[in-house]
Amino acid sequence: MAIQPATLSARGVARRAHGLLLRPEAGVFIVSVVLVLYFQVANANFLTDANLQTLSQFVAAPVIIACGEIMLLICREIDLSVGQVFALAPFVMSDAHAAGLPVVAAILVALLVCALIGLAIGLITIWLEVPSFITTLGMLFLVTGVTLTISRGFPANTPGGPLLTNILGGWGYAEIVWALIAVAIMHVVLRHTRWGLHTVAIGGNLTAAAEAGIAINRIKIGNFVLTSTLGGLAGLLEAFRIGSTDPLAGGSTIMFLGVASGIIGGTALGGGSGTIIGGLVGAILLGVLQDGFTLQGINAFTFDIIIGAAILIAMIANIRIARRRQRGGE
Amino acid sequence: MSDVAEAIRAEALTKRFGSVTALAGVSIALKRGETLGILGDNGAGKSTLIKILTGYHQPDSGQLFVDGKPVRLGSVDEARAFGIECVYQDLALVNGLSVYHNLFLNRELLRPGLLRLLDHAAMRRRAAEALAEIGVNVPSIEIEVGALSGGQRQAIAVARAVCSKARILLLDEPLAAMGAREAQQIIRLIERLKARGDIAIAMIAHNYAQTLEICDRVILMQHGCVTFESATAATSAAELLEIVRREYRQRA
Repeated sequence: MAIQPATLSARGVARRAHGLLLRPEAGVFIVSVVLVLYFQVANANFLTDANLQTLSQFVAAPVIIACGEIMLLICREIDLSVGQVFALAPFVMSDAHAAGLPVVAAILVALLVCALIGLAIGLITIWLEVPSFITTLGMLFLVTGVTLTISRGFPANTPGGPLLTNILGGWGYAEIVWALIAVAIMHVVLRHTRWGLHTVAIGGNLTAAAEAGIAINRIKIGNFVLTSTLGGLAGLLEAFRIGSTDPLAGGSTIMFLGVASGIIGGTALGGGSGTIIGGLVGAILLGVLQDGFTLQGINAFTFDIIIGAAILIAMIANIRIARRRQRGGE
Repeated sequence: MSDVAEAIRAEALTKRFGSVTALAGVSIALKRGETLGILGDNGAGKSTLIKILTGYHQPDSGQLFVDGKPVRLGSVDEARAFGIECVYQDLALVNGLSVYHNLFLNRELLRPGLLRLLDHAAMRRRAAEALAEIGVNVPSIEIEVGALSGGQRQAIAVARAVCSKARILLLDEPLAAMGAREAQQIIRLIERLKARGDIAIAMIAHNYAQTLEICDRVILMQHGCVTFESATAATSAAELLEIVRREYRQRA
């Protein structure tokens, strides 16, 4: 309790504000705001309700996926197959619904299947000691094959009445609301629970985590389950928004957007540090670029060059910051 | 009374790894408030001895006693339950986490309630108290451990063991790779812990002069045996060196 007045003092607030500005996501946020202003000046349609809906839809799915990938990256793992799980989930739901389950139950079945894929990835990675890069690369092809097989290569209509559809993505801002809920929950998990703290400890110093008695395998497997489930959730929301779903939806593009959002937002590629808020800010930056350039009418080919360059610059900055931190530690 | 009570005793410990005999019948005893220095060459069995005392290895034969009662330490957690804590050479700190998170790693304090959220404020407060109590100074308990000097990190590692109610503290080369000034900080910390009288300390060391300065008693290990034991007051670095030299000459 004695510490309470100090945290509320003006000096404490100033120190916190200073600390906030030094965080990697602060820079990314400022860049995003500048870009928003630029696009608004260049095209008055940018800050309209219609465009903000579109922008929020660009941002939502990568943010949800980033929430999982950030946890994995922090504990030195990655999931390359989350985009394929994203595509599989709506088909599992459609099939479960066609088999007679109510839509809500079908959604839960789909999420359960995604969780089991995450569990399989985790068990193969931990028990058989296969690097997760390889495990999930294999899973990427395997899940695509499963999706194509059960869909026979055809798109499917999303089931559900109007109310449920609106809640789960039909309403323009529904997806971003779900994404923000995921961000809020995962931020608390990462910063304010033992699970999050132990995830950071595992990525920061595996030996130390083991010597402290942290259940390393349980936490890593749990984070794989979490990522696959969030990937499935993002895929389901997208299916409800669009009203139908394609067997080749999502894929590696959505996975890389999720990973890139995390890295741009300051999650260390080498593990041991990262923030969920950073992932949100990173996804907003990528979304603003994508949406803004689309409004400007920039050629899709040029656009990929710009996005690619932006991601490269962010990754280079990420590695340099990590190096400086390490040197500071010596 | 507490300063004469025997904290831990090992009798005739043996340990083999395949064809290599790491310990060939080692007996040691350690009292509360006492500091024992374990000297010896690489491969003499010091680390094996420490790892048996922490429950990491189990001896092939021999018996351990804690507080005079025979015990079997099947794992590090079982040893911890007896108040046995080891501070390893690799420090076992997470550089990216704050001082207070490191102090409470895997023993975090939680807020009451179903959500089981971390109680950062309580951990900060308790960490500051704990560090003040054993006289460890850090710029801030919120600073990341990676930004501290080697000596400060070692002090945090020791503090963590003390925080978790260590009654038998094992230190694996606490002064290795440390400058003279930093080593002095750790030496003073060990002296303060010794002065509390409730902790028994055993430390592996290489530097004879420093060991004699800190410890009440030293043992010298060679080929898995204790070949020399003495109160520090009754021996000298020169005598210890002479014993080791004699050994080399015999081998040559």
